[in-house]
Amino acid sequence: MNDNKSSPLLHMDHVTMAFGGLIAVNDFENKIYKNELVGLIGPNGAGKTTVFNVITGIYYPTKGKIFFDGIDITPLKPYQITHLGIARTFQNIRLFSDLSVLENVLVAQHHTIDNADVDRILKKHGKEKKVKGKAWFWRSVLKLGYMKKEKEMKNEAYKLLEKVGLSDLAWEKASSLPYGQQRKLEIARALATKPKLLLLDEPAAGMNPKESEELMKFIKFIRDEFDLTILLIEHDMKVVMGICERIIVMDYGSIIAEGNPMEIRTNKKVIEAYLGKEWEYAE
Amino acid sequence: MEKLSNKTKTMLTIFIIVFFAFLLFLASRYLDSYRLRIINLMAIYAIMAVSLNLINGITGILSLGHAGFILIGAYTSALLTLTPSQKVSSFIIEPVNPIIQNLHTNFFVATILGGLMAAFFAFLIGWPVLKLSGDYLAIASLGFAEVIRILALNAQSITNGALGLKGIPEYTNIWWAWGWLLVTIVFIVSLVKSSYGRALLAIREDRIAAELMGINVFKHELISFIIGAFFAGISGALYAHWLTTIEPKITTLGPILTFYILIMVVLGGLGSISGSVVGGITFALLMEWLRNLEDPFTIFGLNFPNGIKGLRLLVISTIFILTMIFWNRGIFGRNELTWDSIYRFFKRFKKKRGGK
Amino acid sequence: MNLNSVLIIQNLFNGLMVGGLYALIAVGYTMVYGILRLINFAHGDIMTMGIYFAFYAVVLMKMPFFLGVIFSIFATAILGFLVDRIAYKPLRNAPRISALITAIGMSFFIESFAVVFFGSNYKSFLKTLGSNSSIIFKTYKIGKIIIPQITLYVILITFFTLLILFYIVYKTKIGMAMRAISADIPTTSLMGINVDLVIGFTFALGSALAAIAGVMWALRYPNFYPYTGFNPGLKAFIAAVFGGIGSLQGAVLGGFLLGLIEIMLITLFPSVMQYKDAFAFLILILILTIKPSGLLGKRSIVKV
Repeated sequence: MNDNKSSPLLHMDHVTMAFGGLIAVNDFENKIYKNELVGLIGPNGAGKTTVFNVITGIYYPTKGKIFFDGIDITPLKPYQITHLGIARTFQNIRLFSDLSVLENVLVAQHHTIDNADVDRILKKHGKEKKVKGKAWFWRSVLKLGYMKKEKEMKNEAYKLLEKVGLSDLAWEKASSLPYGQQRKLEIARALATKPKLLLLDEPAAGMNPKESEELMKFIKFIRDEFDLTILLIEHDMKVVMGICERIIVMDYGSIIAEGNPMEIRTNKKVIEAYLGKEWEYAE
Repeated sequence: MEKLSNKTKTMLTIFIIVFFAFLLFLASRYLDSYRLRIINLMAIYAIMAVSLNLINGITGILSLGHAGFILIGAYTSALLTLTPSQKVSSFIIEPVNPIIQNLHTNFFVATILGGLMAAFFAFLIGWPVLKLSGDYLAIASLGFAEVIRILALNAQSITNGALGLKGIPEYTNIWWAWGWLLVTIVFIVSLVKSSYGRALLAIREDRIAAELMGINVFKHELISFIIGAFFAGISGALYAHWLTTIEPKITTLGPILTFYILIMVVLGGLGSISGSVVGGITFALLMEWLRNLEDPFTIFGLNFPNGIKGLRLLVISTIFILTMIFWNRGIFGRNELTWDSIYRFFKRFKKKRGGK
Repeated sequence: MNLNSVLIIQNLFNGLMVGGLYALIAVGYTMVYGILRLINFAHGDIMTMGIYFAFYAVVLMKMPFFLGVIFSIFATAILGFLVDRIAYKPLRNAPRISALITAIGMSFFIESFAVVFFGSNYKSFLKTLGSNSSIIFKTYKIGKIIIPQITLYVILITFFTLLILFYIVYKTKIGMAMRAISADIPTTSLMGINVDLVIGFTFALGSALAAIAGVMWALRYPNFYPYTGFNPGLKAFIAAVFGGIGSLQGAVLGGFLLGLIEIMLITLFPSVMQYKDAFAFLILILILTIKPSGLLGKRSIVKV
């Protein structure tokens, strides 16, 4: 499955995140490889979203380091981490509600013309620069060769919306979309940052069985279409068991089990963590 | 979706600018100097409102430091247009700093330097202030504006302290004022209509999501802050050469001025550039009209031989609070006056009439 | 004892007094902020109104000074309550920025109200006190140290008032409701507590303290006009942030510290006197960059 075991895409190197006395994530050690689809599950308050927040740079971990594509991203700021190729969605939808659907996607493309920081970081690690072209700020305000760029960006955004099936709604306000479409737009917006790793925080929350069925197909589709690696937090077991190749189970901030859906389903610790000892997984 | 072609829109825009310029030309020919002064003030207020709106309404940073930037623009430009001999004779308490004494340039360059100086201060202040969030930022920016004012009050050899600067040439005419307003609008609209502008709007909508979508929030806020300050500095230069006398007082170049501008922005619609222009113009008119209250007047048989001092501000602040409570979208909300929106409006209007 | 140390001791008392006044105003900011997350921009102006209420009670209604102050405390409390009811309550569910802008408008409104009805010229308690004005000028002498009687009174009254405040907040039912609301509004309203009434009471309490502070301010710095409250208001807010906004103890600590630091700075470096007002803002920027939660405040965690 993984042609290069030695270099993971994401390496959480014994990460601990404590808030005062509360340890939200405890010694989290895991490697995620290219094109994997990994599920992160656990009871409420297990620390799953905190893991996402640590990866994306919102929190600075108390202990441990995070490596992405061989680069130590622990000290980086959230936007720099996004530039390097990690994108996410949010548990509670956080769209730019007053902007149109197309604009929401365009915002996520902004870093293609404003990324001086990340060039420096990539250079330091001997990697290639992302996008060339400087002084885009003045060029965009004074409209010096900017309209062409704007058109390119719009075309690209529109194409992305077509792929995810939101192009009909491109000029609608994001807040006017129905719930399911808003979830989809969040994913589209994340995709517009051109990620290598996509973090989805409860994408199926609030969906009916039919909708979550569609969502599963959609997630598989985008993984193949955009050549992604996906880490997914989800409470809907059907979704998790249905699409994830590997599942990490957390409880009280620690990893209590890891394996493929079959193994997780029968793991005693997992069953205890979820519903006490009487619980049995019924499909 | 009803739309006009880009070509039509450009033609219409050019036409309206020419038409407006013609109106201003007529005004400059036929109006008396008192009315002309008000027309100039409208443009100055509009520049102040549009530039604050870029920071407060479009980027969503509640800055209350605008008066500080205006003060910097006003002092910088005035010190540059006053002649060396004027400066020597007006600095009574402490002689003017020799470097400042001998700097002298024309109004245009002085205005630009006023803007640049304000922008430079915004850059310095922006570093600590923009690290803060929400309310703290509001107070800190207000505080910085006060610090600037207190510095102006005490740096005798540079600003002439509490005596202020007098005899500033009245260079601000209809063309400078409205010309700079046009430049301000064109620049800021162009910014908002670019990828950078979208990034600013995204920051206003949700800072954290914006940062996680790859936007360097701090840098973009700083850009917005600096550009807003630049145009505030420009407006300050125009204001100084309109007032002809400037002093670092709370009521003229202090927090009260910031409140005024905030009222213009909120009245027009926080986040709407058209709204700020209309808000600035309306405010200038309203203030002038309410001046009647401070002249002798009779109401309900009661005679006020000296008018009522301060009543104008009481009325303004009442309007402001009522606006916030019952109508906090202001005149335009977040919408802009565009050719498309005018076109749609008339389409709808026609349909309604046709239906009847 | 040399002259320098005499000066320092005298100014220590001065600092305590100014700091106490900041503290009295700061607790008003911090209580409202703790509950509504709103900077009540008008708080300094409410203090100004407290001065005017006392002044006119004495001048127009011919009340004895002490009674005039009691009248002012109640009138200002009602004013604070009304400000909340009229201007802030309709905006409880609006974006926080709207409420803050309204508060700025309210500040502006009260200032213009004072200009219209009380005039923009300076007024003073000196004349009205008549033969009693000795409380302003009388001084105590201990060796070479000279301390104005009023300074001591102000310090004592401040301590006494703060004690009452802490008693109300920590030992009474309404105080418990206030603390509950600042922890969690929705839950508190489920417990059958009239949230709006408690918020109104908080405003009234803060305003009453501002009135006390205002009258003492006007006795110590005898001239007042409609913008008198603006500067101490801002400083007290800074004191509240300094101590950790939302924390009552923090506001008191911040107030005293700010007052002491300010006065001591002028004592030790008289040349910076003119920049005294700028100094408080520099403290604000400094504390916000180094420890945004203030001395006693709790650090808040960004929730995503």
